[in-house]
Amino acid sequence: MSELDLTKLIFGRLTLESIPYHEPILIVTFVMVALGGLALLGFITYKKAWGYLWSEWFTSIDHKKIGIMYMVLAIVMLLRGFSDAILMRIQQAWAVGDAAGYLPPDHYDQIFTAHGVIMIFFVAMPMITGIMNYVVPLQIGARDVAFPFLNNFSFWMTTSGAVLVMASLFVGEFAKTGWLAYPPVSGIIKSPGVGVDYYIWSLQLAGVGTLLSGVNLLVTIVKMRAPGMSLMRMPVFSWTALCTNVLIVAAFPVLTAVLAMLALDRYLGTAFFTSDLGGNVMMYINLIWIWGHPEVYILVLPAFGVFSEIVSTFSRKRLFGYASMVYATVVITVLSYLVWLHHFFTMGSGPTVNSFFGITTMIISIPTGAKVFNWLFTMYRGRIEMEVPMLWTLGFIITFVIGGMTGVLLAVPPADFVLHNSLFLVAHFHNVIIGGVLFGMFAGITYWYPKAFGYKLDPFWGKMSFWFWTIGFYFAFMPLYVLGLMGVTRRMNHFDDPSVQIWFIIAAFGAFLIAIGIASFLIQLVVSYRRRDELRDETGDPWHGRTLEWSTSSPPPYYNFAFTPRVHDMDAWWQMKEHGYKRPEEGFLPIHMPKNTGAGIILAGIATVLGFALIWHMWLLAGISFLALLAVAIGHTFNYDRDYHIPADEVAGIEANRTRMLANHV
Amino acid sequence: MHLFKFLRLIPVLIAAALMSGCDLVLMSPSGDIAAQQRDLILWATFLMLLVIVPVIILTLVFAFRYRAGRNATYKPDWDHSTVLELVIWGAPLMIIIALGAMTWVSTHKLDPYRPLERIDANRPVPEGVEPLVIEVVSLDWKWLFFYPEQNVAVVNELAAPVDRPIRFKITSEGAMNSFFIPALAGQIYSMAGMETKLHAVINEVGVYDGFSANYSGAGFSDMRFKFHGLSDEDFDAWIAKVKASPNALTRDVYRELEQPSQANPVTYYASADETLYHDILNRCLESGDVCMDEMMAFTELGLTMCIAGDPRDREAGSEKEVRELLDLTMAGDNGRSLNQ
Amino acid sequence: MSETTHDTLAGNAERGEPLQFHETTEHHPETGTLLGFWIYLMSDCLIFASLFATYGVLGRSYADGPTGMELFDLPLVAMNTSLLLLSSITYGFAMLRMQANHLRGTMVWLAITGLLGAGFLGLELYEFNHLIHEGAGPWRSGFLSSFFGLVGTHGLHVLFGIVWLVTLLFQLKKHGLIPENQRRLFCLSMFWHFLDVVWIGVFTFVYLMGVLP
Repeated sequence: MSELDLTKLIFGRLTLESIPYHEPILIVTFVMVALGGLALLGFITYKKAWGYLWSEWFTSIDHKKIGIMYMVLAIVMLLRGFSDAILMRIQQAWAVGDAAGYLPPDHYDQIFTAHGVIMIFFVAMPMITGIMNYVVPLQIGARDVAFPFLNNFSFWMTTSGAVLVMASLFVGEFAKTGWLAYPPVSGIIKSPGVGVDYYIWSLQLAGVGTLLSGVNLLVTIVKMRAPGMSLMRMPVFSWTALCTNVLIVAAFPVLTAVLAMLALDRYLGTAFFTSDLGGNVMMYINLIWIWGHPEVYILVLPAFGVFSEIVSTFSRKRLFGYASMVYATVVITVLSYLVWLHHFFTMGSGPTVNSFFGITTMIISIPTGAKVFNWLFTMYRGRIEMEVPMLWTLGFIITFVIGGMTGVLLAVPPADFVLHNSLFLVAHFHNVIIGGVLFGMFAGITYWYPKAFGYKLDPFWGKMSFWFWTIGFYFAFMPLYVLGLMGVTRRMNHFDDPSVQIWFIIAAFGAFLIAIGIASFLIQLVVSYRRRDELRDETGDPWHGRTLEWSTSSPPPYYNFAFTPRVHDMDAWWQMKEHGYKRPEEGFLPIHMPKNTGAGIILAGIATVLGFALIWHMWLLAGISFLALLAVAIGHTFNYDRDYHIPADEVAGIEANRTRMLANHV
Repeated sequence: MHLFKFLRLIPVLIAAALMSGCDLVLMSPSGDIAAQQRDLILWATFLMLLVIVPVIILTLVFAFRYRAGRNATYKPDWDHSTVLELVIWGAPLMIIIALGAMTWVSTHKLDPYRPLERIDANRPVPEGVEPLVIEVVSLDWKWLFFYPEQNVAVVNELAAPVDRPIRFKITSEGAMNSFFIPALAGQIYSMAGMETKLHAVINEVGVYDGFSANYSGAGFSDMRFKFHGLSDEDFDAWIAKVKASPNALTRDVYRELEQPSQANPVTYYASADETLYHDILNRCLESGDVCMDEMMAFTELGLTMCIAGDPRDREAGSEKEVRELLDLTMAGDNGRSLNQ
Repeated sequence: MSETTHDTLAGNAERGEPLQFHETTEHHPETGTLLGFWIYLMSDCLIFASLFATYGVLGRSYADGPTGMELFDLPLVAMNTSLLLLSSITYGFAMLRMQANHLRGTMVWLAITGLLGAGFLGLELYEFNHLIHEGAGPWRSGFLSSFFGLVGTHGLHVLFGIVWLVTLLFQLKKHGLIPENQRRLFCLSMFWHFLDVVWIGVFTFVYLMGVLP
């Protein structure tokens, strides 16, 4: 008996049965992931790169390296999230009429939940955070973010959330609730397993990271702009980053609170969201969407910023209507808090409430429309270079307005009563998230890649990626609009009506085109690396950019700018070029910089263990890891030696190299 | 007037065009409410296309016309035009004002809680016709329908006479589902311990699909039923058929039915426990349980009287008035008071 | 906006003053710690806002169980409240001593603040224990869940405040009133007063209004 208790204390609910070795799909996946992982680890060991990775990357507090690590995380998770999508598309195209497909509900329901959670929290969020991290300090002429250590910690907390989600694939199960885990389905009665607990703790861990990174970037933008850069001279991307981070700081706490209450319901048996004992399910749905709707704008605003930079750069023209762009962004930020109820018009709120939220939703389309027109009139009378980032931008404008239109349609409550929860809705939000956020991120990656790595991405594979993504998108999601009008609901495992099959087959075909688009992107990375000498950017300004990040070298030195720039106009670097600005070549001073630290990765590592222990009810391990977390955190505060000065000689050496490179180029 | 008539044809034409390919039930519904919702979708789409189509055309035209190497006009410093900015903000604003007005009016007119005033575009509800009341319970994973007037109950099949208004009262045993018959009317959630309402009418004889439109767990995909729109005689015959069933829905039978099960066959119950629906709604099936309406009534009667919801729904003079009022407040309108 | 910028630029050019495009000395942006911490507090405030909203929704869902009127012991809570309010004042004295660059005084007042905080926590734990023994644990009803959720979260914050305070005492002893420690004292001060403000909300909204019929 006591032995049994001890096992329970140590292993909690974890038993050998929790390993899904009876699921062939998972076993194959596991073997492939394990082999791939071992190969990677072996390669790193063979190259003796562990020390390098640890000291130059994992413990780095350089915002540029952290930005790149965020992007790597996002791309790895994109592959996972996309394989989920392919699995779903095959299942739905297959399981029509008498066919049951190959995924039983038990597995299929985990897949669509994981797909949503991963794509939003571990693909889209790291991507926008990564791009903001990389670009914002450079664009505002700062040396780093306001709290460099916190930045590293945030990244690793996001990663630890991702690690837990990945672990759920092979140890136990993931939630079978849909990506927002509505109770009562996510309650302990209907979901007694570990799936929802994986969901809760991975989002809580990642949420800490997101929130802290929001605070960090917000303070960075408010406090660390270069002298002369008033708010109305700030590049539009930094503006959208500012608004996004305001939204993060003001929305994520609600998610933290609501998930904590769900956790209490599951762990302590409280009655927040139960059907009995006075709990209230509708409160969960309200609260989670009070976070959830701003989240949509958290994702899309930075993408708007990316497009604004790209349109202006590649049209060789000042951005049309800068002020109205800024106001539009701010209006969207504020309004995004007044629309959450449009996600559940069908809950039976009165017509006055429903129409209020419907109309506020529509009002958001006014500033959004203004933005689209501003991009259009930036192109008007420009000199448009059809480089890959510009292609993504054009693809975005056309795709996004369609998604915007169907979105406004869904905002009309009586129309929503028939379209809600249908594949029309699914088509709509993929239309805006792929067409808006993802296209924006690919545009941004292509645009800033030469800045980060010193060589451009190969344009042929970039165009391949663009065309396959775009055409694939239309094939994959236009059929879903049709299916929605046929009255087909989302999250279905199989269908009786044979007439739906053809549309699902077209959609699956589209998903395969997108797969080729993703493959092209990966090939592009490899090909560009191999052709890096031909694609080399020696000037630091490969696209004839307009903002400060293009004034420094590619890749930038770790201190970003030898001398802090002074700003007189909106397009600061453009103006510097017009005035024939000469780079200073002497008179360098020591630069004050923060030191690397391993505290972030260690803390996040312990937090991952804590999360895992809580999921499996391993109370002993949970207690130990919690105390360890506290001890390391307190220990870290006793370290007062957190910064150093780069000697002037070293700066002078790096800058002299650049001078030589620029001379070679000309 | 002719112009107006012509405009009214537009949605029908678009619908016809869309329908030619496949069976778009949302575009060719058979109930008056769903038909009005269809018209609204088409009108809203038409209004938005006024802006979307020019944007797409302009994008392509500008991208082509001003691409490098074509030597069109180039004005690198032109970044402001007050007139253009006014148009940019004004045009979407105008459309949203129109759409907003449509939204306000239609949301009130098509509120699912609002009793019907007409059977279709040309016929008001005749004097003295009372709506057919159907009580709906979503279970894991099947639908249970009570016909209190006829005192029968059915699992996974629904029938109603054509052109008679129907009043659905909807609740759930546990998980949140969404009650949806696309050909009839829009959907509404079913939630445990709460009652939502839906008013609708079916105008054509036929068999239509009904299902849950909100994911509720493993058996969700099979949570489907057929909805039969029947003539009055056929409806009576259908009720007679149900009444001929050997089954009766007692509490014990319900307790068994409540257990999770998938792809349940259609089951008829010739009679049903009269307080069963009330007790499911108020979560007091076991003898010891205190019903939600009663437990609230003790502690909160004063408060609930103040916030009691829609006066529209009260049936004055009915002996059930107080009970109804409490049901309304404690169940369905819990949602309303929270959201309002 | 942009036109005015153009004008000044043109003006500068006409006056023949070359524009300076970079700083020639090391540029030190203002430190953002206090702003950052304040933003963090605002986000924390939103967690409390969510919990308050939850209490607002569930606060009368007694599920046939005990009500606030039956459970709350106002004299005890009043004592609790005065301990916490007093601790805010003593923290203020600590900050005054810090301004006067008086290490020992700062530490003494800080320690008193910590003790008052611990007293607050002790009373709260006593109250929780008492409630649970009376069968009014957080699992009893929606009302009690939201009550424990809100008050407990506040209590956890106070606990972390005390841990932080003790840590800071050690750091003060080790390094004295160096700028880093002064900044930390400022942050903890904001945190401590913030908890006070939240508690006033809890006291009014939960306890005082809870005993109303």
